[in-house]
Amino acid sequence: MNIATLTSKKFLAPAVLVLIVVVLATLPLYISPGTRTLLLDFLMYIILAVAWTMFSGPTGYISLASAAFFGIGVYTPGLLYAEGAPLLPLPVVLAVAGLVAFCCALAVGAATLRLRGIFFTMFSFGLLGAAQPIIQFFEFETHGARGRYVESIGANNVYYLLLIIFVAAMVTAYLLRRSRYGLALQSIGGNEEAAAHMGVDTTRMKVLFFGVSGIFMGITGAMMAIRWHYVDPSIAFNLNYSFLPLLMALVGGMGQLYGPVIGALGFAYLRWVLLSTQYYMLIFGIIMIVFILFVPGGLASLIERGRHRLREVIAKLPKRGETTEHANT
Amino acid sequence: MAQTILGIILNGLLIGGIYALVAMGFSLQYGVARVLNLAHGEFIMFAAFSSLSLYTLFGINPLISVVIVAIGMFIVGFALHSTMFRSLLKSSPSPAAFEGSSLLAAFGLLYIIQNTAKIIWPGLPSWATFLAFPIRILGVLILANKVVALSFALVIALAFYLFLARTRMGKAIRAAAEDRATAGLMGINVDSMLALCFGLGAGLAGIAGVLYSMCYGSSTDMGMANTFIAMAVVVLGGLGSVPGAFIGGLILGVISQILRQYAPIFAMPAFYFIFLIMILARPAGILGKR
Repeated sequence: MNIATLTSKKFLAPAVLVLIVVVLATLPLYISPGTRTLLLDFLMYIILAVAWTMFSGPTGYISLASAAFFGIGVYTPGLLYAEGAPLLPLPVVLAVAGLVAFCCALAVGAATLRLRGIFFTMFSFGLLGAAQPIIQFFEFETHGARGRYVESIGANNVYYLLLIIFVAAMVTAYLLRRSRYGLALQSIGGNEEAAAHMGVDTTRMKVLFFGVSGIFMGITGAMMAIRWHYVDPSIAFNLNYSFLPLLMALVGGMGQLYGPVIGALGFAYLRWVLLSTQYYMLIFGIIMIVFILFVPGGLASLIERGRHRLREVIAKLPKRGETTEHANT
Repeated sequence: MAQTILGIILNGLLIGGIYALVAMGFSLQYGVARVLNLAHGEFIMFAAFSSLSLYTLFGINPLISVVIVAIGMFIVGFALHSTMFRSLLKSSPSPAAFEGSSLLAAFGLLYIIQNTAKIIWPGLPSWATFLAFPIRILGVLILANKVVALSFALVIALAFYLFLARTRMGKAIRAAAEDRATAGLMGINVDSMLALCFGLGAGLAGIAGVLYSMCYGSSTDMGMANTFIAMAVVVLGGLGSVPGAFIGGLILGVISQILRQYAPIFAMPAFYFIFLIMILARPAGILGKR
């Protein structure tokens, strides 16, 4: 095995992932709580952006339901892991959150993914508006307060659990891209009719992977509820959680696995810096439109173009070396 | 009892008129220009606050400012389409790709308009209304501003229908919606027709916004609910159909008034439920062709 095979793409992605995980796993030992908060944000947004891209990236069906699945996830610990009286152990609560989000996504998908993409987008947008009042009504009816307190497990534990979910999301996204399912989703995005003729069960594929992306959003929501110790309907169901993952994936670039990751890192950091200025979402909206208009492939497309050019330059180098050698002799 | 039912239906039709205007603009923007305008509700919100400011700063009556705001919104919509959406249309490989990228651009626009409004008009929602004195219709007491709003909605909807059905330009718009390429070959300036429709949609949002603030007040967070109402109405009436949007608006208005009476918090879930039933049973809408 030589250097070329080691640096080939097949080994590069898993190797980079392992390296990142090792670094991230040891980080809490020597960082300040403030930095840890930022890291938690990074992980949360990466998972959401990667999960969103899993389905919407290859198929081109734009989902605006992320916030709804996230919110459903946030509410699960609110009900099952209340402060002082957790009903179920934490892993079970997380599994329930994922499962509920999965089932919701399946239901929404089964109802709308047979139709044109535009109906799906509208329906997924409406899910947020419909879910919030129902939960709000439920809160007033059952205990007459706005929200609930959630049992705390310590920031480091939250961090490690989120890290595990992050790894699971990245591995799922990586394997999906390399599998025939990923190819099926790609072909749906390319030309759905042709994909159906090739024998892809398009509706089943779409519904299934919309559900899978929902699982990660739900579990992440549940982790955030535990991190915040408190949930209420307006915290849980916020349109920003539909917008930000989409923005991150779009600006990062959906063509590459690392695209949504760099998008999430960039915007989570920008948000952290700009949080004191109240209206940073204005800037995010402008960035989004600029990227749609001028860099539709996102940052990843620029990076890939740069890498391609670099490879061309490197390929030319030995030739130049030969000629100079020739000139010297 | 009969009085209560009559009151609910009348009030429902009155708010339904505004819903109809909201949805007609949305329907036109998607039906012709193929832009699913997620920022539609934000246009309405911006118009509502503009008329409020015109009243508080210059003392301009909402019945006059509705014209100013509608023209202003039309210009903004026209300019947006002829710059941003047109360049997206030119660079999109397929109509489906354009639908995707244009709705994402509209999503970005949503945040831009909303946060701009929050900077210009900070603070709490305003419940200031105009012409809020009761009049008696069929034995039911109704606020005058709602009657004015509905009459406005009816006149504009009728004018709009006639414009699309009877005029040369209306024919050109329908041709551009039907088949863009062929319409272009027939000598229609398709680009300007699409921009015109997007602008008209924004103008209708402007009118709806002024009427809404006149009857119900305004808040910077009202946009999303209005976008959602537009979607529900449009799916009920048939995506892209202007008469469908009008009838759908009236129906949804009555339904929302019934809920307002008995279970106000369930208005949005109920709209979503109607949305679901329509999608499962009749995705083309009650008046839809496709």
